[in-house]
Amino acid sequence: MTAFILRRSLQSIIVLIIMSVIVFAGVNLVGDPVDMLVNPEADQQEIERVIRDLGLDRPVTEQYWYFLVNAFQGDLGRSFVFGEPALKLIIQRMPATMELALFSLLIAIVFGIPLGVYAGLKPNSKTSRIIMAGSILGFSMPTFWVGIILIMFFSVNLGWLPSTGRGEVATYFGITSSIFTLDGLSHLFLPAFNLALFKLSSVIRLARAGTREVILQDYIKFARAKGLSETHVIRVHLMKNIMIPIVTVIGLEFGSLIAFSTVTETVFAWPGMGKLIIDAIYNLDRPIIVAYLMIIVLIFVCLNLIVDILYSFLDPRVRIKGVS
Amino acid sequence: MAGNTGSKSNPNLGPNIIPSGWQKFWSDFCESPTAVVALLVFLTILFIAVFAPFISPTNPYDLGSVDIMNSRLSPGSEDFAGNFYWLGTDGAGRDMLSAIFYGLRVSLGVGALSGLFALIIGATVGLSAAYFGGRYETLTMRIVDIQLSFPSILMALIILAVFGKGVEKTIIALVLVQWAYYARAARASALVEKNKEYVEAAQCLALGDRRIILHHIMPNCLAPLIVVGTLQTAHAISLEATLSFLGLGLPITEPSLGLLIGNGFEYMYTGDYWISIFPGIALLITIVSINLVGDQLRDIFNPRLQR
Repeated sequence: MTAFILRRSLQSIIVLIIMSVIVFAGVNLVGDPVDMLVNPEADQQEIERVIRDLGLDRPVTEQYWYFLVNAFQGDLGRSFVFGEPALKLIIQRMPATMELALFSLLIAIVFGIPLGVYAGLKPNSKTSRIIMAGSILGFSMPTFWVGIILIMFFSVNLGWLPSTGRGEVATYFGITSSIFTLDGLSHLFLPAFNLALFKLSSVIRLARAGTREVILQDYIKFARAKGLSETHVIRVHLMKNIMIPIVTVIGLEFGSLIAFSTVTETVFAWPGMGKLIIDAIYNLDRPIIVAYLMIIVLIFVCLNLIVDILYSFLDPRVRIKGVS
Repeated sequence: MAGNTGSKSNPNLGPNIIPSGWQKFWSDFCESPTAVVALLVFLTILFIAVFAPFISPTNPYDLGSVDIMNSRLSPGSEDFAGNFYWLGTDGAGRDMLSAIFYGLRVSLGVGALSGLFALIIGATVGLSAAYFGGRYETLTMRIVDIQLSFPSILMALIILAVFGKGVEKTIIALVLVQWAYYARAARASALVEKNKEYVEAAQCLALGDRRIILHHIMPNCLAPLIVVGTLQTAHAISLEATLSFLGLGLPITEPSLGLLIGNGFEYMYTGDYWISIFPGIALLITIVSINLVGDQLRDIFNPRLQR
């Protein structure tokens, strides 16, 4: 077990180093690093100072070493636009993104599992066909376009829900979030539903497939033969067994919600780190781009590592394969 | 579509007794009416995309024929010169229908081109990994695994954030995102094929590795690659639209559907819905039709569902 965790951690570190090389090479070797790293409005003196500070007159390998050392000390440069440390700006916006991603995940689970189980129990009913057709649409519709449609219906035509910003936030238990105020919740709902749609479709499919498989098992027949009510059979015997693959996929794909939030945050002007990176790309705010990419890669590598380790606890086969 | 190769290879049996590969394929495909409709829709879209300059009512990018006075006309309205706009006009007075036809051309072109390059790179890596095995296989498949653990939008975002936007860069980003899927599919089917007797026979004839991979193994691995190709092309079109909408993909000189939707987004709040809704519907129909065709192809080629 320890060997497995060590191996996977080592691999994660290698991936991190490779990614840092790619980002470093992308920003510093493709094109003129001075153009990219120095504020375009800087004068000659400033440019020379930055070249010296960044060590651009040194060999490439030495530059990379400084980049790494600084990154480990939490220094990923200063934003040109905000004039503040890039890392600080990203950390400031992280809670908004996390809140959006978690709320979407909640929507996907709360709606996806019952719909999928229903479609699995009655595969030929009309409602099930509509549910499945909906899930195909949910898979095919580009997230950003759905966001536009949602804004058109619920904000512009009906005027029910606001379409931009995060609304009022409140702080409880040290967590600042918009889920604590009614105004914040109304702002959160549309973007969260938008982001959830893709995941909702996959949860429906997984729940349906799981239900159709489990419902044929002997223990379900036995539970029915014992005279248990159908709701009890579904709630206890069925649900417990279809949850395993669903939980795995949800864990694995939480990261993709964070990645896709860049799109949703842009459409709904949600002040999270996804919007920050898109704005930074427009403004050529390189330090933010570099910092965001390094942070997101770090989040992903950690998520994958955690899922892999959890999985090896749940499924011994993974562990054995990893050791041999 | 139905060739007569079956009767050629079986001269003793009369024609039509054993259906040819194409005939069997076509009759399998027709088992799902949805898939047939989807295929027809897709062929129509393909036709529109290829012949856009000839069938569009106007050329939306000919500055001489576009009048700013006609901007944001609602669908089904007519301008003073008597031109009819089925789907209205956009903020610059361009006919939306024509803009969508030209947009389909760009979207499908970028999707197909990136799919083709990704197929070539992915199949080469996957087939050679399966054939040669050893360290090379471990290394390449490790790279594939790691890449697939990152969502495609993130990979594309990283590439475009680092290298900037543009047609070639968008295609490069899409290829780099997609090749891993092809590589995995190619390797999986090549692993099965490589242990079959015909490969052994070819090796006994001392044929070169290249020839065995390209002429013996690859033709037998095509089916899964075609399925992955269809579904991945739909994915690529969607991804390109997303990136262009965000303003990171194609430049304004190559207006794909994603860019059209993005242009219409600013008019959304004033109620001019058609500027971004109609290109979106065109995009959706394209993606759904390709996905449905791909799903049916997967069912046909799936050996577990073999009839």
